[in-house]
Amino acid sequence: MWDSNFAISIIPDLVDAMWVTLSATVSAFFVAAALGLVWTLCKRSSLKVLVIVVSSFVEFIRTTPLLVQLFFIFYVLPEFGISLSPFVAGVIGLGLHYSTYLSEVYRSGIESVPKGQWEAGKALNFTRPATWFRIILPQALPPVFPMLGNYFIVMFKETPLLSAITLVEMMQKAKIIGSSSFRYIEAFTIVGLLFLLLSYPASLLVRHLENKTSNRFNKAA
Amino acid sequence: MYVYSIVDFIPPLLDGAAVTLKVMVFSMMLAFVLSFLFGFMKLSKWKIIRFIANIYIEVFRGTSLLIQLFWLYFALPLMGVNIPAMTAGILAIGLNYGAYGAEVVRSSILSVPKGQMEASIALNMSPYKRLRYIILPQALLLMIPTFGNLSIELLKGTALVSLVTLSDLTFQAMSLRTTTMQTTEIFILLLIFYFLIGYPMTLSFKWLEKKLSVGRV
Repeated sequence: MWDSNFAISIIPDLVDAMWVTLSATVSAFFVAAALGLVWTLCKRSSLKVLVIVVSSFVEFIRTTPLLVQLFFIFYVLPEFGISLSPFVAGVIGLGLHYSTYLSEVYRSGIESVPKGQWEAGKALNFTRPATWFRIILPQALPPVFPMLGNYFIVMFKETPLLSAITLVEMMQKAKIIGSSSFRYIEAFTIVGLLFLLLSYPASLLVRHLENKTSNRFNKAA
Repeated sequence: MYVYSIVDFIPPLLDGAAVTLKVMVFSMMLAFVLSFLFGFMKLSKWKIIRFIANIYIEVFRGTSLLIQLFWLYFALPLMGVNIPAMTAGILAIGLNYGAYGAEVVRSSILSVPKGQMEASIALNMSPYKRLRYIILPQALLLMIPTFGNLSIELLKGTALVSLVTLSDLTFQAMSLRTTTMQTTEIFILLLIFYFLIGYPMTLSFKWLEKKLSVGRV
């Protein structure tokens, strides 16, 4: 049954492992944010082939499990001479998987920019990249920041999967503690509580941001 | 070393697919029931019921599916409750996605225009009739796209049961890999298997949405 002394004794170890979890989340989020934007821009390109290839790729990534993708990156790529550390493989896998979700978020932001803005860009003789980066994106991105925040939290909660490719983050640490002491209850419960402790306030913060931005942008409209 | 052809991998993967589908169907049913139960509880006029629903939703959404699964499978037996891997998998996935579904149910019901409720009260309909004939038919339509996405998420979530020794698709692929070492072919095939299950689901939810919204604004 539950042993409080033991539970307290393992907290420092788990908190140490939390840093690995957090740095994996942050790095993967940057990968996802960058790749997601690439997918969105590719999908709106005038090159039909590019649109089809990127759309099917995105659909495929979204429909297959992250766990399998992680295994793929970690076990298949070495056969082609690309050996990645568990951390790098995890960051790439998590980032790639969620880039397909973030791409939808960007799309919704871009579609809510009034059409007149494109026309204005054209009228003012902006090049296409200039229209994108100086007119459209500065208006499309700020309203979707809260949604990006939501996905940040989702990604944070997915990091325990990285334990399956031997990355020693919180979950793997808990498993190691559990298997060496035969006490799984304390380790898994504390990891669960740590996740709750971090993700619940974060989701409240995002909700607050959401209300704030929606007020601001509704007023402007 | 003997080189297996892709055809050799298909029967074990099909066995795995059967397990994956079984876990998926049962946990979907559980999640569906829980979504409506807790979704309605969150709309209750009693504070205590809303509070209970909130705890369920925030706990299961705030921690990861994998943690919940491991907790059920590894931690509970130490407290004297032994549940088989299959049950643990179905319970964990059902409870986890039920929490997400509850939010969908709640927000869809709330986004049915207020006038509809007022109109049905004005027409002297009983609370049951209001829900059954006025609110739910409109709310269900709003739920379909999100439930469709959640179903795909749930399908992907079932891959986690391979980590608690259930011989689903992913588990079969992992054991094929250790026996044959033909990692590349096996994993490509595995991804294709998941896509073949998931993509028709995506398509049918799109079809359903289209069909049910015929003649509506």
